[in-house]
This record gives sequence, C-alpha cells and structure tokens, in this order.
Amino acid sequence: MIHSLFLINCSGDIFLEKHWKSVVSQSVCDYFFEAQEKAVDVENVPPVISTPHHYLISIYRDKIFFVSVIQTEVPPLFVIEFLHRVADTFQDYFGECSETAIKDNVVIVYELLEEMLDNGFPLATESNILKELIKPPTILRSVVNSITGSSNVGETLPTGQLSNIPWRRAGVKYTNNEAYFDVIEEIDAIIDKSGSTVFAEIQGVIDSCIKLSGMPDLSLSFMNPRLLDDVSFHPCIRFKRWESERVLSFIPPDGNFRLISYRVSSQNLVAIPVYVKHMISFKENSSSGRFDVTIGPKQNMGKTVEGVVMTVHMPKAVLNMNLTASQGSYTFDPVTKVLTWDVGKITPQKLPNLKGIVNLQSGAPKPEENPSLNIQFKIQQLAISGLKVNRLDMYGEKYKPFKGVKYLTKAGKFQVRT
Amino acid sequence: MSTSQAYNEEKGGSSSLGEPEYGHDPASGGIFSSDYKRHDDLKEMLDSNKDSLKLEAMKRIVAMIARGKNASDLFPAVVKNVACKNIEVKKLVYVYLVRYAEEQQDLALLSISTFQRGLKDPNQLIRASALRVLSSIRVPIIVPIMMLAIKEAASDMSPYVRKTAAHAIPKLYSLDSDQKDQLIEVIEKLLADKTTLVAGSVVMAFEEVCPERIDLIHKNYRKLCNLLIDVEEWGQVVIINMLTRYARTQFLSPNQNESLLEENAEKAFYGSDEEDAKDDKTETASLVKRKPYVMDPDHRLLLRNTKPLLQSRNAAVVMAVAQLYFHLAPKAEVGVIAKALVRLLRSHSEVQYVVLQNVATMSIKRRGMFEPYLKSFYIRSTDPTQIKILKLEVLTNLANETNISTILREFQTYIRSMDKDFVAATIQAIGRCATNIGKVRDTCLNGLVQLLSNRDELVVAESVVVIKKLLQMQPSQHSEIIKHMAKLTDNIQVPMARASILWLIGEYCEHVPKIAPDVLRKMAKSFTNEEDIVKLQVINLAAKLYLTNSKQSKLLTQYVLNLAKYDQNYDIRDRARFIRQLIVPTEKSGALNKYAKKLFLAQKPAPILESSFKDRDHFQLGSLSHLLNAKAVGYQELPDWPDEAPDPSVRNVEVPEWTKCTSREKRKEKVEKPFYSDSEGESGPTESADSEPESVSESESESGSGTESGSGSGSEEEEEESGDQSEEEEKEKKKKKKKKEKELPRKASLESMGSSPSEEEEEGKKAKKKKPQHDRKGGSESSSEEGSVSESSSSESDSGSDAEDSQLETETKRRKMPPSSKPAPKAAKKGTKEISLLDLDDFTPPPPLPTSSSSLVSSSLVTDLEGLTLIDTSLASTVISPVFSSVKTYELLHRMTGEGLSVEYYFSRQPFAPDPHMVAVQIQFSNNTDSEVKNVRISEPKLLSGMRVQEFKEIESLAPGETTSVVMGIDFCDSTQAANFQLCTHTRQFYGAIQPPVGELMAPVFMSENEFKKEQGKLTGMSEITEKLTLPETCQSDHTIVQRVTSAANVSRVPCGADNEYRFAAKTVTSGSLVLITLEKKEGALAQLTVNSEKMVIGTMLVKDIIQALTQ
Repeated sequence: MIHSLFLINCSGDIFLEKHWKSVVSQSVCDYFFEAQEKAVDVENVPPVISTPHHYLISIYRDKIFFVSVIQTEVPPLFVIEFLHRVADTFQDYFGECSETAIKDNVVIVYELLEEMLDNGFPLATESNILKELIKPPTILRSVVNSITGSSNVGETLPTGQLSNIPWRRAGVKYTNNEAYFDVIEEIDAIIDKSGSTVFAEIQGVIDSCIKLSGMPDLSLSFMNPRLLDDVSFHPCIRFKRWESERVLSFIPPDGNFRLISYRVSSQNLVAIPVYVKHMISFKENSSSGRFDVTIGPKQNMGKTVEGVVMTVHMPKAVLNMNLTASQGSYTFDPVTKVLTWDVGKITPQKLPNLKGIVNLQSGAPKPEENPSLNIQFKIQQLAISGLKVNRLDMYGEKYKPFKGVKYLTKAGKFQVRT
Repeated sequence: MSTSQAYNEEKGGSSSLGEPEYGHDPASGGIFSSDYKRHDDLKEMLDSNKDSLKLEAMKRIVAMIARGKNASDLFPAVVKNVACKNIEVKKLVYVYLVRYAEEQQDLALLSISTFQRGLKDPNQLIRASALRVLSSIRVPIIVPIMMLAIKEAASDMSPYVRKTAAHAIPKLYSLDSDQKDQLIEVIEKLLADKTTLVAGSVVMAFEEVCPERIDLIHKNYRKLCNLLIDVEEWGQVVIINMLTRYARTQFLSPNQNESLLEENAEKAFYGSDEEDAKDDKTETASLVKRKPYVMDPDHRLLLRNTKPLLQSRNAAVVMAVAQLYFHLAPKAEVGVIAKALVRLLRSHSEVQYVVLQNVATMSIKRRGMFEPYLKSFYIRSTDPTQIKILKLEVLTNLANETNISTILREFQTYIRSMDKDFVAATIQAIGRCATNIGKVRDTCLNGLVQLLSNRDELVVAESVVVIKKLLQMQPSQHSEIIKHMAKLTDNIQVPMARASILWLIGEYCEHVPKIAPDVLRKMAKSFTNEEDIVKLQVINLAAKLYLTNSKQSKLLTQYVLNLAKYDQNYDIRDRARFIRQLIVPTEKSGALNKYAKKLFLAQKPAPILESSFKDRDHFQLGSLSHLLNAKAVGYQELPDWPDEAPDPSVRNVEVPEWTKCTSREKRKEKVEKPFYSDSEGESGPTESADSEPESVSESESESGSGTESGSGSGSEEEEEESGDQSEEEEKEKKKKKKKKEKELPRKASLESMGSSPSEEEEEGKKAKKKKPQHDRKGGSESSSEEGSVSESSSSESDSGSDAEDSQLETETKRRKMPPSSKPAPKAAKKGTKEISLLDLDDFTPPPPLPTSSSSLVSSSLVTDLEGLTLIDTSLASTVISPVFSSVKTYELLHRMTGEGLSVEYYFSRQPFAPDPHMVAVQIQFSNNTDSEVKNVRISEPKLLSGMRVQEFKEIESLAPGETTSVVMGIDFCDSTQAANFQLCTHTRQFYGAIQPPVGELMAPVFMSENEFKKEQGKLTGMSEITEKLTLPETCQSDHTIVQRVTSAANVSRVPCGADNEYRFAAKTVTSGSLVLITLEKKEGALAQLTVNSEKMVIGTMLVKDIIQALTQ
C-alpha cells in the first residue's frame, strides 16, 4: 500500500524520508514540485498526482507536505486519513507538528513510523498503543535519559495491541480519578450582504480527558439526545446502545481523545450570535476607498461574546489601510493583503467599530468585488444548540471519579459576504 | 543543503539538552571532516560494549537514513548488534537492517539466525516482531525460510502472530511471486480465522496476492460480515472494498426493476415523448418476463452490518461504506450515505477533495440523494480553488427546476469572486444549468450577456464561449446578443472568445446581415496578427459570407484567402486551399461546388454540456482509479451484476455461528470471550499440524520397538543391565496401554504427548553414556536412571494409576487447555523445549569442569561416543570407507606465497578434545625451503563475534624438507564464515583464513531409528527443508550414496528398516542442534532429500551441499 513517505517543507527541502518496501528515489518528488509550482497556492496542490510509475498522495499540514508514494490501487482516502493520523501523532508526541520538532526528534519519529506501518499497511495507529511502545519525549525524561542512559523505547511489550480494546492501555493508575468532557460547538455560517443567513449549521464535538484507573465502563447520557442528527463515534463507543437508548456507553481510552462529533439537525434554526454592519466601497477613478465595519451581539443567550477576531482578504489592488479601531487592534499585511482585527470582548454598550481609508494602487482599476469577512468568536459556558449532558455513570470500578462538563461555542467557518 | 547546515549549527548549540546530536552526523556535510573518518568513529562506537555508545551511534545512523543519506558502508558494524540486549538499540538495528538488507544480501544473512531464534520465543510479541523483521528483509535467498516461517506462524496460538503472518504474505509475494500457490494455501487457512485481529490483514493479503480467487471468500463471507464492526478501522476499509466486489459477483442487482423506472423518469424530464413510448413498450415487456426480485439474505446481511460504520470517525471507512451502498444497495436505501458524506466535508481539505469527487459522480446518477444537503456545498471564499470547483460541479449536478433560482442567486455571488479560475468555472456552470433547465435559459443568457461588460477579460471570454453554446439552441431570437457580441471583437483579445464570436457571426450571418461583412473587413485587416484558431474562424466566416452575401464580401474573401495561402501554419494554408476550391466556382471545380451552401450552412446540433464526472461510476467509487479517471495499476474491475444468481449455498457453513456476537453491544461479553472464539478457530489448525507427525511417530515407535531392542544389543546393553529390568517392565506396561488406546485414534494422538517422554527416557538409557549430566548429578548410573524417569515423564507417573479414564481425562484437559488460557500453552511449550534442550545438551559433552575427575569422565566419553558412531556405521550393511580417506584438503598457504613454507589443512572429523564446541582442523606444514623455519604459530585471530580459536602449540622449528601436522580447534559458531588469522614464522607473517564447508560444522550422532523419527517429528514445519533431486547413474548403489553423503557432511548413518531410505544424523558442533538427513529413493532415479534442523541456514546450505555431492 503505502510505499514511502517524504516530508517536505515549504521551501522544497525533503527533510525526512521513510521507506516501507524497497527504496524509492527522492527524484519522484520532482513530480510533486512540478504540481506545486503549477498550483501557485499551497492549498491547491492536488492531493493525488499520477506519475509514470507511482502515484503521489499528499497532505499539507502545519507547513509540511506529507507526500506518500503509492504503486498500486488503494483508496486515496485511506492514505490521506493515515497521513493525517501520522501528523496527529506527531502533534500528540511533540506538542506541535513542525519541521523543527520532527528534526529534533528524528529517531522517535522514525520509530513511530516503523510501528505505524508494516509493509505499507497500518499496524498500530492508536496513540495509546504507540505510547506504550515508544514513550513521548518530555523534558524530564530527556534529562533522566541523559543521566541514566535509558531510552524512550518502552521496555514492556505493548499488550494493548493484543487486547480487544486496543485503544486502552492496560494497568492505568491515577491517584486522582478524573473525567472531563468538553462540549464544543462550532457555528458554520454564510451571511449575505443584507445580513440574512444563507446557510448555517452547528457542528459539535465532545472532547474528553479521561484519567481513570483500571477499566472503567462509562455511560454518558444527554437531556436532549434527539438534537444530534449525524454522529460519528470513537471506536470505543457501543453503537447498539446508542441506537436503542441514545446513551453513549464506552470503555474510554486513557488521556485525551475525541469521543464523538455530531451535527445538529438542520431543521432547527441556528442562532447567530453576532451581526456585522459593514460599508466597504471603492471609489471609481480614485486610488482610495472607505472601510467601516461594526460588530454587535445578536442572539447570544445572555452570554458574552469574546475572543472576537475578524480576518479579511483584501483585493490585490489594495496597497495599504489607514484605520482606527474603537476597540482592540488591527494589522494589515501588505504582502498577503490580509487584514486582521483582534476585537476581544463585545460589550453591547459600546459596539466595536473599525473604520478608515483604504489606499489602492494608483492606476489600477477599482476592485469590483468586496472581500468577505471571516469572523471568529467564542462563547463560554454555552452550547448554542442547547445540548445538555444529563449524567455520567461509571461501572466496573469501585472508586468515585471527579466529573466535569464544560460547554463552549465557537465560530467555525463563519463568513459574512459584503 | 544550506538550510540543513543552518539547522545543524542551531542544533549543535542546543544539543546540551541531552537529545541525540544527530546534527553532527557526517553526511550533513561538515567541511572539516571527511566521511570516512566520521564513519570510523561510528564504527568504534558500535563496537564498544557500552549500550549508551551503541545507542548514540545508532541514533546518528538512523538520522542519516531519515534524511536519505547513504549509510550502507556501516552494515557489518551495525548488523553485529542485531542480538544486542538493549531494546532500543535492537529496534534501531532492525530499522537499519530492513533499509539496507537488499543492498548487502550476504551480510544480511548473518542476522537471520537471530530472528529464527525469535520465531520460537515463548512470548508471542517477540515471535511476531521476529517474523515481521525477517519478512521485511528483501533477500531472495531466504524465501524458503520466510515461507516456512509464515506457514508456521499461520497456525500459531496467538492471533497477533497470525496477524503478522498475514502481513508477511504480501511481502514474500512481492519478493518471489512463484510462491503464489503456497501462499494462497496460507491465505485460505488464515481466512478461516475467527479473530478480528487477523481478518483485516488477511483480506489485505488476499487482495494483493490473489484477488481473483473469489471462491476463497464463500465460506468466510458471513463471518467477515459479522466481524466487520470489531475489526480495526484500516482492516474495515479493505474488507468492505473486497466485499463490494464479491457481492457484485454473487447477488442479483436490487435495482433491476427500479433502474428501468428511473431511466423513464429521467427521460420524462428531458427526452422527447416519442422515445419514451417506444421504450415503455420494451420495458414493460421485459418487466413481465422477470421474476419478482427477492434480496438474498446474505446481501441484506452485508448492507445491515456495514451501515453502522457510516458513523466511523475514519473518513476512509465512511467512504468505503458509501461506495458499497452506492454499488450494492437498492435505490431507496442509498440515501443514508449522503449525510455521512456531507459530514466529511468538514474534514481536512484533502479529504474534502476526494469526497467531493465521489459526490460529484454519485450526484449525477442519484441526484435526489444530496438535494437536502444542497447548502452544504455552498462555497466559501476561503476554500481552496480546487475545492470550489468541485463544489460547483456538485451544485450544478444538483440543479433542477425547483432549486435553480437559489443556485443561480448563489452563482451570482461567485461571479464576483477574486479567484478568476473559479469565476470562469462558475460561468461554465451557469451555461450547463441553462442548457439542462429550459426554464432559466433566458435568465442565464441575460446574466451572461451582462458579464460581457465585465472588466476582466477572462470573464468576458468565458462568457462568450458559453453564450455561443447557448445561442446555438435558439439563435433566431437572439440577434441582438449577436450584434452585441460583434462589437466586442474590437476589444476582446482572448483567442478562444474571438474565435467563438466569429463563428457565431458566420453561422448566423443571416440574422445580422449588415454587421457581418463589416466584421469580416475588420478581421481581414488584422488577419496576420491573429492566433491560428482565430484565423481559421476568419476563413470560415469569409466562406460563409461569400456563400450568402457574395456581392459585398467577394473581394474580402479573396483577400483573406490569399493571405491564408501564405500563412506559416499548414493547417491554415490547407484550409484556405480547400475552401477556395469549394466555394469559388471555376471550370475545374467539380460537383461539390453546388453543395457548398449545404456543407457550410447546414443545421448544426447544439452542443450538450455534460459533467466531466459522467460515467465515472464504472470505476469503483472511492478508488484511486475513479479519482484519476484512469485505471490504476492493480485496480480490480467492479464486475457487473450477474443475470442469474450463483448458488447461494456455497456460503453455508456447518455451524451458523454468525448469529452470535453481531454487534458492538456485545463487545463487553466478547472481552472475555475472545479466548474461546480463538480456541475454536485455533484448535483446528494447530491440532492437525501438531498431532500429525506425533501420531505417526507414535505408531512407528510401536512397530519399531522390536527392531530397536534387537539393534540395541551389543556393547551398550551389557553396561546397563542394572536398569534394564525395570525398564522392561515399564515397556510392557506401556505396550498394553497402547494397545488399548489404539482402538481410539483420538486417544492415540492424545497419548502421544504423554508417551513421547517415556520413549525418550528409553533412548536416554541406551545412550546414557552420552548423558554425563545425569552422571554427574546422580553420581551413579542407576540413580541417574531414576532421575530421568521422574524428570521426563511426569505424565507417566500420573498414568501410573490404573484408572485409565482419569488419565485420558487429564490428557484431554491438557490438550484443550492451551488455547483457552494463556499460561498453559506457554508452559507446555516450555516443557517440550526443555526436553529438547536436555537432549541436545546431553549429547554434547559439557565443557571441562574444574574437578579433574569429571573432566576425565567427559573426555573418555568423547572417545566412547566416537566408538559408538563407528560401531553404528559398521552395523549398517555397507561399510563406509574411513572418513579420512575421502577428506578434502584445502590449501592455507601456497608454497610460492609462503616463500617455501606450504600449509594445508583438512577437517579431521575427530572430536577436538580440549573443547567439544570446536571443530578440529588438522594443519599440515611442510618446509620446502632449504633453511629451518622457526617459531610457527598463529597470532591475531580476527574473528566474528562469538567465534573462538584454540591455537596449536607453537612449532619451534621445522627442518628443511620436513613435514609436520598439528591440530587446532575453531569454534565457528555454527556459521560458515571464515576464521581469519595471521600465521607467523620467525621471519614472516602470512595471512590465513579457514572457511568450513557446512558439512564440517557438525559431529555425527548415534541414533536409533525410533529416536530419529521422534526427533524428526519435533523438527517439522519451519525446520524442515525438502528438495527433490535426480540421482545420476553413478550414484545409485547404497554404497556410493552413503559415501557421498558422509563425505559431504560429517554425519553418521542411522539404521533404517526400509531399503529405499537413508538416514543420517549429526549435531552442530557449537550449539549441539540436531541435524537429521533423510534421503528417500523413489522410482527411477528420483529421490527426495529432507533435512531437519533447528538451524535453518545450516539446513538450507546442507541441502545444497548434499545435492551437489550426490549429483556431481
């Protein structure tokens, strides 16, 4: 299946290669570079490239291209999903999935890749198993290792691989037994010029951090499970139980993981917590334009909207912007033409406003379209869909765990067309 | 390079954190140090005995590999550490080994034995990892070893090892595709496995090795369906894809009736009514013919069991299920996948890309499915262009009369996007909507015409092209638009757009009779500067005008044609010539001239704007081939539904187990259960594999017991009289028991385990001389006897009680326990292993002990042992000529290079008295000079790890012409690597190397036939190597065969009842592993050679040597 993997940074250096079958020369990446050149933008490099002898399937994550070499028919999503899993694992191990992190930990990276694939077929991709095999580097451990000469490779054999619950490590022990659930909902929306909603939906996830000893068997129930329309599960969840009782019943992995992701049924009207008033215009035959944007709270269920950030990709003709922000600070990058306005909290008494002059390239025709505004925001302690966790029960273990649920609403792909 | 250097500097600074300083590795191009030097210090570190240094070195080497630098010259230094105790070093060595083994095949072989040892480890994880690395070494010579290892592992107790075996199958197949048939057998066996761990991997192997053998799936189909939900996610993808193909060959189309109806519906929308009527008739006819469709329950099972997987977090799994539903489900049920696919659109952009491609294909055929999710395909300005274009494609496919207004409004906003490629695609999309939906054609056209005044030329050009296509549908009503477009020729520069306008004017010149000649005039002016495609259209326009309005355009046409006549492009010249002949009437011009008008101004059908995704669904969705719209290497065609359903009973399995444990719901139970299900899957194969040879040996041992006692006569029997009586009694007891047990074959096989130790004990008695351990332990012979009895046959003592039933019970328990509980099999395994170890150790005289008495004993034992072998060979009907005569002499030092001193050596095949683990080498020095050679000795042996040399006593002087011989011992560690050393005289040093043929690495062992068979029974599977050969005429007699074999290898003959069989036995000198050779003559000159040995490398080489000796 997956023959080889090349990691390539933005400047086109191949800084890591790994082969699971016979060695494929680096020159195969030339086809990739060719496609990259053609695509202009990194995002537009086609994920699948066909070359005379191989197929290249690549992903772009954190400024790194993961380019895998395939020789025979294989579902492209299989490879893409796997590559993302690799990137996730690096993120998990090193805190970030960057070129420096990978270079600094090249041996661990290599050991991980060796364990994750066998002859190009995924072998161990569960982070719990991998962590048993290869311990992630921590500062403490690296100091200890340098003194004692011990290694990052687990001495014990990964028994988890053999069990029927491969996602959970055996013999977990904590002094404080805790289980936290973060219900995070994102609002995806497209708001049109006039302020009416073209499209809006709520996507949610429940991220868990479970630190429980032994083999706890948890079941999580909701007050209003009918809200959840389309759900995807971590493999630990018993599907039948959900089907029949709408209860999430599972033996959790150890540590952080995503329990479910869901979409709220589209019948429900989605509350849009903010509104944007905008006035962006470019004058004909003059090298300037006006820019005036105000953000205000809309249906925010009585909570404060915070962490508001607006990003705008201005047209190419824009040279510079002279703006004043009534609140927060703004930056404009004249190279990428991206305007970022970090607003912060919205107080209804004094609505944040950003206005001023846009300088255009002299002589260039006026941009015929207005840029769309991308809005980020956060609302703490609120699940905008109204989803509520009812209770969490634990079976199989004697102790009483500490339980916590947190709600958060965020803007997902929230776009205002102007 | 420059960045990596910079990085190295930076790294050098921060390396104090205790991270591996791989930044310092040689290949990073340090200016001051050469590569060689750098590698030298790595070698030094690897040779050191500190694990931390080794680890450091390995880390640096792996870092080099990671960056694609060549580190192959370190191979010997690295491979030495393959048996290192430190796990991390070992792992890194594996990484290195797998990377470079292909390039350094000979050296890689050195490591094989380590893995072979690992394959027998009691720990399943070690067995698995040994198999994993062994099978990853791409060295063709070990193919037979890999094959054996895979076969063995396929019936391993542990599902994890079996999984690894499944992984190894494609590896071996890619190395040597000739093994296909054997591999298919293994696949077949593993497919029957009932554990989820194995299922995914074996189907993967199936897909790579024999995807065409769909018949192997029948019996496992239901099991796979039921296990599916518990298989790990990657395996699920592979299984689902395979089952899709399977279902297409085995079931009937669920849509046979509906598909016809559906076509009808489609046609009602767009087709003409006449056609429909016609079709209706034929269809109703065919409908009548068909039987009502009933879905095969197995088909239903597949659909039901895959559906929950739409909820998987893994996009590949969701896609796999989606394509399965698309290809297999009744139309009414396909809808469920839409929701899941739409969910994937929230994922990474690469996932979106692939999913949208597939949605685009699906949405053509099943538009209704995605209609509720129309808005999810709306485009954001932040989407990458390739995603935008795919979404646009989907939106266009979804457009119908009801939603077109919303879609068009959405398109309206897209047209103002900054992304021009996207805008162009949007215009195309509008064009497609307009052609497909008559209602909005005018609206679209108006919109597009407005775009003609857009400032961006690309937009205008694209609009022109699309408008041209639309106008073709109803040109008469749109002369205004054509006029408008004619004006554009002054400004628009994009060739394609200009060409389109010209074509339009030419085609509809009757609608714009005034403007057309003027446009031609302008174009004639600029003709020379136009692009080729525009020039062709100018000629076209000229020709058409000439035909319709020759009065105004005659001269212009002539002018244009003249210009074209001398154009650089031959197409244009050709066209000009052709048109001139066609339209300008001359005397010569033939009949065609009359028809020129018909030719040029015929009604042309409007083009159909189609999706580029149309008909892509003949590729299996979700596949690479579908994405590329071209058949990828190794793509398996998705077969069409069969007309008649194949026999569904092929999938029947005797025990319909699949009714159990169908769901995740029951997973909890299964946590405890798997051991049972394991054992069910397990017991079949293991039992058959294990019990077969045992039961054979059992029955044979019985029949052979008579001969044994006969042949056992002679010197030994007298020595062991004391123990004989009790033994005899026991034997009798046993015989009785056996007779009874023979009634039940099952019992016999059960008994075999119990009886074998006792058998052994008998042998032990006979060869008790060779059991000095017991001697030492017990002090006297009789006590050793007792010791061995109690030691080796605990089961026997159990069965001492008369109640046979109870014994049987315990036996059966013992047989059944291994799979059901983990420790038990291990214990059992250990037990057998220990026994075999005992055996082997017993034959090898122990190293000399400090106490003089015991060392005396052992040395005398050695001579005894030799005596025994001699006796044994003489017992055989033919007399083997003394081994020494046939021995080959090798040259160590030639007379010329040795400056008069010549040295030869041969393997004396005598036990080397000071150290039984060494091979004795007789070295003969002859002094051909005319002066004395003094102080001949060996120095500086350069040996591979583990090898040892016992030097001979220094020869003080060797007179001229004199010859003397000495014996030295070398412990080759059971490998055929040469021992290198310096041969020193008082004046010179010579380089010498002694390389043993594999046959000399062993010492003969005496065995009885029974014992032989029993040992052979233990060394089956992996350790058995069989080869067929044809004996030449010169080598047909018993005598020659025996002689040739014994000359090729230091083995002793084992007496044999059958006269067409020859058996030989030996043990390796260092480790004392048994080597058993069987040569079986078949009819004609054919023969089969079998070598059983734990040391597979030795076995393989020995087979080669013996065959060579026999056939030369």
